Amino acid sequence: MSEFITRRKLITTGLAAAAGLAGLDGAARIADRYGFLAPDHSGLFGAGEALTYGTQRILMAHHSLAREFNRSEISKITPVNGEPPKTDSYQRLLAGGFADWRLKVDGLVARPSTFSLAELKRLPSRSQITHQACEEGWSFIAEWSGVPLSYVLNLVGVRPKAKWVVFFAFDDAWDSIDMPEAFHPQTLLVLGMNGQELPTRHGAPLRVRVPRQLGQKSKKYLSSITVTDTVKNIGKGWGAIDPEEGYSWYMGI
Amino acid sequence: MAEAAYVRGLAIPQREARPAPRHSPVVRITHWITVASFFCLVISGVAILLAHPRLYWGETGARGGPSLIDLPLPFVLDVPIRGPGRYLHFLSAWISLFTGLIYVVSGLFTSHFRRHLLPARSDLSWKQIRHVILNHLRFKRPSKEEALTYNLLQRFTYLLVIFVLFPLMFWTGLAMSPAVTSVFPAIVTVFGGQQSARTIHFFAACFLILFLVIHIVMVCLAGFTARVRAMITGRIAATKERI
Repeated sequence: MSEFITRRKLITTGLAAAAGLAGLDGAARIADRYGFLAPDHSGLFGAGEALTYGTQRILMAHHSLAREFNRSEISKITPVNGEPPKTDSYQRLLAGGFADWRLKVDGLVARPSTFSLAELKRLPSRSQITHQACEEGWSFIAEWSGVPLSYVLNLVGVRPKAKWVVFFAFDDAWDSIDMPEAFHPQTLLVLGMNGQELPTRHGAPLRVRVPRQLGQKSKKYLSSITVTDTVKNIGKGWGAIDPEEGYSWYMGI
Repeated sequence: MAEAAYVRGLAIPQREARPAPRHSPVVRITHWITVASFFCLVISGVAILLAHPRLYWGETGARGGPSLIDLPLPFVLDVPIRGPGRYLHFLSAWISLFTGLIYVVSGLFTSHFRRHLLPARSDLSWKQIRHVILNHLRFKRPSKEEALTYNLLQRFTYLLVIFVLFPLMFWTGLAMSPAVTSVFPAIVTVFGGQQSARTIHFFAACFLILFLVIHIVMVCLAGFTARVRAMITGRIAATKERI
């Protein structure tokens, strides 16, 4: 009698577990299809990551704007983490005032292009005073100016299949953002900071600013941008270099 | 029908033999899940804090600028604990949020708050309050009758933890998210800025840890084994305490 119950319990538990896993798998597939799944959603912490990213994506569905500030609130201290890349290629470009630097934009686009610094400066620009918090805990407010990423993406013509915009930098960092973030009006390719040329330590010649996420997402020293429908073939496939160092891909927090 | 009558017949003497549980199953289960997730939140929170153990007021703050408090802790930057710490912090926060919601909703439906946590009007006299505080200060163990219900100080403390401190932790946590504040800017401006929210998050966490320490001390004073057994099985040792 007890053996029968045990077996029945075992089968029921097994079926429930299988149904649960299948349900999770189905939920993951649906979430992925509608762009609610972060590239680093697998693993031990995947559930938390998926919930955070999915919930915030739904909350921000109407393209909410990051808070902007007054000029009087601009911080006097604007710290940075890390030093400019020491590689020959970057140092040579820096010495030449980035005259030979080119930003390559390719991938799932109709017209793969390269842009010089002068060309980028001629494109329509936008300035915004936003708060940038480091994941360590400190923060500052600064004015950033540059070309909206959406403008450049529209110039090269993003194909409908595209899901991610990937940034590659001279310091071997790379990162990606989803299409809603890429086409968000405040996502800038930054050329200037606080009314001046972008300082070297803040990412010259070009950095991206993603003000709805922590500073870590605003990668510096950019060399190229790739539009893609999958990040699985880049690095370990987790959407950025940061998850490989233990940080989450999504930095909206 | 026959089966129902049979079961009902059995159930009555059984109910008489076993008193209602000291803690309902929902209270017990959510209690222990909260214990686990709170433990994870504290250790991951410390890991995150150690990257920058300085607190500020207002929107911004950084090394080289003025701080509100320089905590007597080292800056730990070269140990890769913050990344995993953050993953763990948010996973535990989600678990803690769902657990808290289940507890609060069930508490409202079962009158748990009204019956066990809201102080009775008759208890709200200065005499009663003084009596309870003095008993605490003298470390007087509760009588058998008193041990079956929460006293005034316990009720106040639990209500504070459940309806003020935990919600404040979630609120200030979300106020640090640039994504969430892009949707609801008021949740951070009400504190005067992102760094203020971070500072309040820290102090609310300190109060929760203080509560935890006092809670454990009180459990030990009131009889650790019996209290913990009551929170696990729902029963108090019937033979020893009730007769």
